[in-house]
Amino acid sequence: MRKKQIVAMLLAGGQGSRLGILTSNMAKPAVPFGAKYRIIDFPLSNCVNSQIDTVGVLTQYQPLELNTYIGNGQHWDLDRIDGGVFVLPPYVKGKCGQWYSGTANAIYQNQMFVDQYSAEYVLILSGDHIYKMDYAAMLRFHIEKGATATIAVFEIPIAEASRFGIINIDDDKRIVSFDEKPKCPRSNLASMGVYIFNWQNLKAYMQADEENAASQNDFGQDIIPGMLQNGEVLYAYPFHGYWKDVGTIGSLWEANMDLLEDSPLLDLYDPFWRIYSRNPILPPHYVSAEASINCSLVAEGCEVYGRISHSVIFAGSYISHGAVVEDSIVMPGAHIGENAHVYKSIIDERAIIGQGVVVGAKPQKNLTIDNSLTGDITLVGYDMHIPDGTALPRGMVATKETLGYLYKKGGTTP
Amino acid sequence: MIADAFGIVYTGEEAARLKELTHSRSVAATPFGGRYRCIDFIISNMVNSGISNIGVIAQKNYHSLMDHLGSGKEWDLDRKRDGLFMLPPYVTRDNVGLYRGTVEALKSIGGYIRRSTQRYVLFSGSYTIFNRPFGHMIEQHINSGADITIMFNDNDILEEYDQYEDLRLVIGPDGRIVDLELNPYRSQNQNKSCNVVLMEKNLLEYLVEEASAHGLYDFTRDVLQRNVRKLKLFGYHYSGFVARLNSPQAYFKSNIALLKSDVRADLFDDAHPIYTKVKDEVPAKYGPTADVKNSIVASGCIVEGEVRDSLLFRGVYVAKGAKLSNCIVMQGSQIHENASLDCAILDKTVVVKRGRKLHGHEKFPIAIRKGSII
Repeated sequence: MRKKQIVAMLLAGGQGSRLGILTSNMAKPAVPFGAKYRIIDFPLSNCVNSQIDTVGVLTQYQPLELNTYIGNGQHWDLDRIDGGVFVLPPYVKGKCGQWYSGTANAIYQNQMFVDQYSAEYVLILSGDHIYKMDYAAMLRFHIEKGATATIAVFEIPIAEASRFGIINIDDDKRIVSFDEKPKCPRSNLASMGVYIFNWQNLKAYMQADEENAASQNDFGQDIIPGMLQNGEVLYAYPFHGYWKDVGTIGSLWEANMDLLEDSPLLDLYDPFWRIYSRNPILPPHYVSAEASINCSLVAEGCEVYGRISHSVIFAGSYISHGAVVEDSIVMPGAHIGENAHVYKSIIDERAIIGQGVVVGAKPQKNLTIDNSLTGDITLVGYDMHIPDGTALPRGMVATKETLGYLYKKGGTTP
Repeated sequence: MIADAFGIVYTGEEAARLKELTHSRSVAATPFGGRYRCIDFIISNMVNSGISNIGVIAQKNYHSLMDHLGSGKEWDLDRKRDGLFMLPPYVTRDNVGLYRGTVEALKSIGGYIRRSTQRYVLFSGSYTIFNRPFGHMIEQHINSGADITIMFNDNDILEEYDQYEDLRLVIGPDGRIVDLELNPYRSQNQNKSCNVVLMEKNLLEYLVEEASAHGLYDFTRDVLQRNVRKLKLFGYHYSGFVARLNSPQAYFKSNIALLKSDVRADLFDDAHPIYTKVKDEVPAKYGPTADVKNSIVASGCIVEGEVRDSLLFRGVYVAKGAKLSNCIVMQGSQIHENASLDCAILDKTVVVKRGRKLHGHEKFPIAIRKGSII
């Protein structure tokens, strides 16, 4: 195998339980985003655009959708003679074999993969952020600084700092300490979950970490604090630009809406930094004489007869006559029936919204809705069929069970 | 169904008929339908019929065609066995690389035809657009005992004067072709050839050798027409949508026809999709002032102005205050503030500056050459 300077390892094993039913049949990185993409398109495209051509994608939760999506990697130009993209599920080794117990353990179990390429450096990525980043520039920084590990950091509002891994640095950007979700944050530099390690050094730490039964085998919790404790040279690489965690329903919705700004911070039009994806084999979309579309993104294959305002519409969706879609995300192949109203909602793939349905209706007193994950965003699940005339109150997660409850309570009057 | 057939697509058609649009490209590479090139349809039809060995005969201006087809990956034709074969002309002792007609083209690709292992061959032009796999046609060909089967339709949306290379099939009661009329004067017969001919490979090889031995060079005139009585020629009737892009008027009308939902449903049938080269464009973006009605909009477009009854190809920009009606705007063109266009065909990367006005007529759409700045 030809030697590679750097190999990327993309951690795509997370269930993404905070995305609720959106990840009931797919891993988080496979969740659709921005009218045509999936979350994983961003780190994969960043790799290719940074001239990193060997990427291992570590999966273990609902991998079918992701495996099918990645295929042989040709859509990202990752079908290479040497290298390319590889899906790496956990596997049985001799008498034992286990699931990935943590982020570091996932890499530990796939050491052979990185070793094959005699890589000097390994880039660790996660599959739940939307951003455009030049990893090659980060690698140059890492080499210049002579670091053992470099962590990409992003400035966040200090009020949110207690939700992130916070990094404290000196004037040279060398990392002094690392606090995982601190109560009283000392800085506003959040770890982006993007790391570059010197591979041989990381291997030694992972080995030691495996032997420590108390460890959670996690980069943020165990490996990095361990390195700092041993006085290793760790640097923070500041990233400027758009970076958004899309791990919750609210942030996923916000990140989609961010694209509808006049000149969005996330520039998808840069010809030198394209975001690649598996393109649907569909004709351009059709906008009828009675339709109206404003402040929206609309993908191929849609047929629009109704009104779309401030929304993100994925490929192959059908918006019927008289329907109104506002502040919403409509995922591939969904059907919005005649005179249906969809407000601030996420309609999952292939869902059918019946005639005159109201999604995101006013809350009703006699209904108890579990909106702990959704807030005021209404969610309609994969392949769900919402019968004509139903009103789904704001924040509801429409599944077969909750729909049954709604009907018992007489949820047919909007 | 897996067809025991291979395909040959001839792209050397007289490009002058499309005027501005084929100034620097073959008809086959002319953009169509918001994101496609003409040749996508015939190649997709072949691929959707289970044909995986396709030769494309190039003649003039084939750079943009080769750029489009590449290795054939997007049509699933990058194969170890068979796949896509680009067959450009070359100079030998016998020919100068410029074909006088289709027979000469077929003769020069004799090696490719000989090496193809399939029994049947579909020989097609590149400017006829429809969506129909050839399984039925092949079945009918075998069952009818025909020597040659020619696909035709009889519900053309275009008028007589739009046509060239207009081949009409006169069909007898038993389905056999009794006469072929080429560019007839006021023909009463509506059976127009779709430019797709099916026969056994051995017969094609024989007919090509025979014709060129007599110094003949045009397959339609010198092979099909001459052999109407000698060989058993049958017509295969197709009733779906067919567009023939052989004049700017035909090009304009056929594109605008896609605004009808039945035409779209027919031409973009989910069961057999039309493949094309992908561009990784961003989905179309509509601004706060966008006002789009009865139009087709491709990915990568940014629309802030008014668009009526038009087709926008990939990456078109329509600024605030601009007005478009009955327009076909190809990839990467920009319409600036308050420009106004009606019945115009804008080729790729045309820029219409602020406040400019262009008004054609549906019988005579204005075609603007690639890269022009107005």
